[in-house]
Amino acid sequence: MVKVTLGAVNKIAGSSKNYKTGDWRTLKPVIDLEKCKKCWACYKYCPEGCIEKTEKGPIVDYDFCKGCGICANECPFKAIEMIMEER
Amino acid sequence: MTKLTIRGNMATALGAKLCRPDVIPAYPITPSTLFPEKISEYIADGELDAEMIRVESEHSAMSACIGASAAGARVCTASASQGIALMSEMLFIAAGMRLPIVMAVGNRALSAPINIWCDHQDTISQRDTGWLQFYAEKNQEGLDLMIIAFKVCEDKRVLLPAMVGIDAFVLTHTIEAVDVPDQKLVDEFLPKYEPELRLDPEKPMTFGSFGTPEFYQEFKYMQTEAMEKAREVIDEVFAEFKKKFGREYRKITPYKCEDADVIILTMGSMSGTARAAVNKMREEGKKVGCCKLTVYRPFPAKEIVELTKNAKVVAVLDRDISPGFGGALYGEVSAAFVNEEKHPFITNYIIGLGGRDILIEDFEWIYERSMDVIKKGRVEKPVQWVNLNEEVL
Repeated sequence: MVKVTLGAVNKIAGSSKNYKTGDWRTLKPVIDLEKCKKCWACYKYCPEGCIEKTEKGPIVDYDFCKGCGICANECPFKAIEMIMEER
Repeated sequence: MTKLTIRGNMATALGAKLCRPDVIPAYPITPSTLFPEKISEYIADGELDAEMIRVESEHSAMSACIGASAAGARVCTASASQGIALMSEMLFIAAGMRLPIVMAVGNRALSAPINIWCDHQDTISQRDTGWLQFYAEKNQEGLDLMIIAFKVCEDKRVLLPAMVGIDAFVLTHTIEAVDVPDQKLVDEFLPKYEPELRLDPEKPMTFGSFGTPEFYQEFKYMQTEAMEKAREVIDEVFAEFKKKFGREYRKITPYKCEDADVIILTMGSMSGTARAAVNKMREEGKKVGCCKLTVYRPFPAKEIVELTKNAKVVAVLDRDISPGFGGALYGEVSAAFVNEEKHPFITNYIIGLGGRDILIEDFEWIYERSMDVIKKGRVEKPVQWVNLNEEVL
């Protein structure tokens, strides 16, 4: 049983990783790797830090992406499209 | 013991210094500016080993207080009026995170219209933030209450922040003689702050983390229980303070109330004028007394009932106003009596807003209005404004 703590202190470091925020998403970023020039603007601008740099290009971690669309907005090559999330 | 003649801000700054704070984040605002000025002097002169953080706003000042306190430091600050309004968001967070920060306040009115003078609206408006609230009558009380506040707040049964209010200009900028307690005695009274948990890069943890609907209510209940516990802790600390330093404090202090038909309830510097007025009226054979409220949060409802229940009229003076209701203290005193079988008439007087002087004649006027209530056997106007200049309306 989880107990409430004094001052809402959480002693487990990095526990926000257990709280998946991906289901907040309405729109989902889809990256067209053909158009991507690996400039990493999306990686730099993602406020959640959930775009990973790989050999092939950027990969979105959909467990945490909230679908804010900043990556699509910042991409100079229009390689990221925001599409309606379907679940 | 040393005696000094100093202004109210110097008294609260000296009280703070005697508590050996580690960190003082502050943003200056009239009338409490002299507090951070004096603290920075103490640090520059090597009299106080502390870090002063100069911030860009009061919101940042309280944010820095929260961070420093969570890291285990003893923290104090000072502010007033608009500054306290700006830090309001962070005041709730400091209390929710159970951090024993102490803030010296120069109680001042809120805009608009802009006004820098004495009024209790700034702290009264923050009564629900979860901070303890003390109100001083004189500079000596300002100094002593800083030490008392740290002792109460750091008690493991409490762990909440506190505000110590001294009236703008009437106290902040007025020179009075104060007894300065010996540092050695203060050190014995208030040992080093040892927090249960602290922010530490080696052992990362989150303070004030996420509280979902399953837990939020329980967090707030725990916090409220701590405020309830503060009642007995305050009494214990007042008693210990008296033993150590010889000065007596009570949550509410009665004066000539035993046989009084009319009891006037006051907070802050007006309390001294109230006693002078009571003395004058007693000489004229009028059965009147007064009560000074020193602790406003936790609200001493039981003590107020006990001390005033035998009067015919309790006149509650508010140096604040909740438009559409009346004074805050009036509402709470009324609530304190509501489940009593028998209770006095309770009336409200809005007085001294924005630095309007409070005079002996004002208390005589309030006494006359109270006698009207007794004669008529009913309250016609529960909320009245004292010394209102109707000619300019």
